[in-house]
Amino acid sequence: MKTIKEINDKIKKGEVVVVTAEEVIDLVQKKGVKKVAQEVDVVTCGTFGPMCSSGAYFNVGHSKPRIKIGGGTCKLNDVPCYTGFAAVDIYLGATALPDDDPRNKVYPGEFKYGGAHVIQELVSGKDIRLEATAYGTDCYPRRKLDTLINIKDMNEAVLFNIRNSYQNYNVAVNLSDKPIYTYMGMLKPNLGNANYCSAGQLSPLLKDPHYRTIGIGTKIFLGGGIGYVAWHGTQHNPSLPRKENGIPQAPAGTVAVIGDLKQMNKDWLVGTSMLGYGATLIVGIGLPIPVLDEDVLRRAAVGDKDIYAQVVDYSVNYPNCVPGSLGEVNYAELKSGKIIIREREVLTGNLSSYSKAREICEELKSWIKKGDFTLSEPVAPLPKADSGYSFKMLKERPVLKKEE
Amino acid sequence: MVSKRIVLHFPHRLVNQPIVFKLVKEYDLQFNILKAFVTPEEEGLMVLELSGKRDNFDKGVEYLKSCGVKMQPLSQDVVRNEEKCTNCGVCVPICPTEALVVDKETRKVKFDNKKCIACELCVKICPPRAMEVHF
Repeated sequence: MKTIKEINDKIKKGEVVVVTAEEVIDLVQKKGVKKVAQEVDVVTCGTFGPMCSSGAYFNVGHSKPRIKIGGGTCKLNDVPCYTGFAAVDIYLGATALPDDDPRNKVYPGEFKYGGAHVIQELVSGKDIRLEATAYGTDCYPRRKLDTLINIKDMNEAVLFNIRNSYQNYNVAVNLSDKPIYTYMGMLKPNLGNANYCSAGQLSPLLKDPHYRTIGIGTKIFLGGGIGYVAWHGTQHNPSLPRKENGIPQAPAGTVAVIGDLKQMNKDWLVGTSMLGYGATLIVGIGLPIPVLDEDVLRRAAVGDKDIYAQVVDYSVNYPNCVPGSLGEVNYAELKSGKIIIREREVLTGNLSSYSKAREICEELKSWIKKGDFTLSEPVAPLPKADSGYSFKMLKERPVLKKEE
Repeated sequence: MVSKRIVLHFPHRLVNQPIVFKLVKEYDLQFNILKAFVTPEEEGLMVLELSGKRDNFDKGVEYLKSCGVKMQPLSQDVVRNEEKCTNCGVCVPICPTEALVVDKETRKVKFDNKKCIACELCVKICPPRAMEVHF
């Protein structure tokens, strides 16, 4: 019915019709799929949740004399970076912690400062201390470096998240009689609360459940700047059971995303601390869905009451990989503030900010309307539900020791 | 009747004295201790809900001041850093008094200082650490 090229022509002429993932739901209810599919060109989705598989790589520039940080050590504001690359390329992960952080020795650990916080400070334009040690070579003689550095002075600063935008997620509860501290937040004993983590009806992969328009090369809003889908994300698991509307009932698809950190903004990349768990980065992602035909629109117009998630116990089942759901709830129920589990009313909390996700949808909508953001054609698809691609557990095998 | 939630700071020299007892005995006030501890500087800190007749309440407050107890309303104690808060809402089911609730329309988290009893449960579980304690 429509092509991405035709939509881009409309964007350039200022004639494009863009609605948010929330607006499209009401619109379809009022006017029907057929009419709205003709009228609307793009639906903008958004999500603003913590993602531990976030990080950034940097080329910090060559010092005089040269140093080969590769194979040595490197810290940014005391947080260790990965150095197994060439001379001055480093990677900083969101969950990295200073060596002297007590972690969970004083339980529950606070994790006040980690890689995620360094990334947010870099994006804010703050100077960061770079310390490096090296073994020294003939061509890279220097052994030590200790300097302040600013993102604007780096050659490259690139956010590269190997997994993001989970298509659906668990609702976490605690069946034990002690509080537990998880990546899903603090869970009070005996079903004291139920935490979830999704923007539901605004979340990109829930609005294009079969990845018809999202693929490798899709241009997105990333951390307030422009980014791209680089690959399917780690743990991408498209082959899970789905509801009739095509939406998976448990965590399924993911994307890996990449973009220029220098263009990003501290409001959309937030360093956070999960009590008793670790440091992590909240990442703002926005994704445009081109309304190619009625099928794309129908799926983009699915609302919270038709998106279901599983309630999972994080005291015994999750840590021990014991499968089992305590029941299924939809996002409309989760957003009401309470759900029923085992005939008990349990209060719900979201780790993923719905109001911020809404702001991202609006922001991306305004970029497209102004003509600042055109859509890209994916260069390759993500593995789909019928691809046979799935998520595997680790099979541990005994290590045979060689005789001396 | 007046009922207020107040934070009392007891200087070192008063930490051993039965001041709250006098509020009950002499001024006929009711109290509910929400929190109490002695800081490393040996200052005593107590969060009280204090209620009674208006004139008794005022006299009781005068008595506290005359002893050298510093007072402030509780609402000043837990403060939300608006710049840091992302309005995710993970604090909402943790708050025991519904001082933190999600607005159904805006989906933003509203913080009502008047309902806050300064239990501080939200402070450490807030992912961007937006809830701050100011004494």
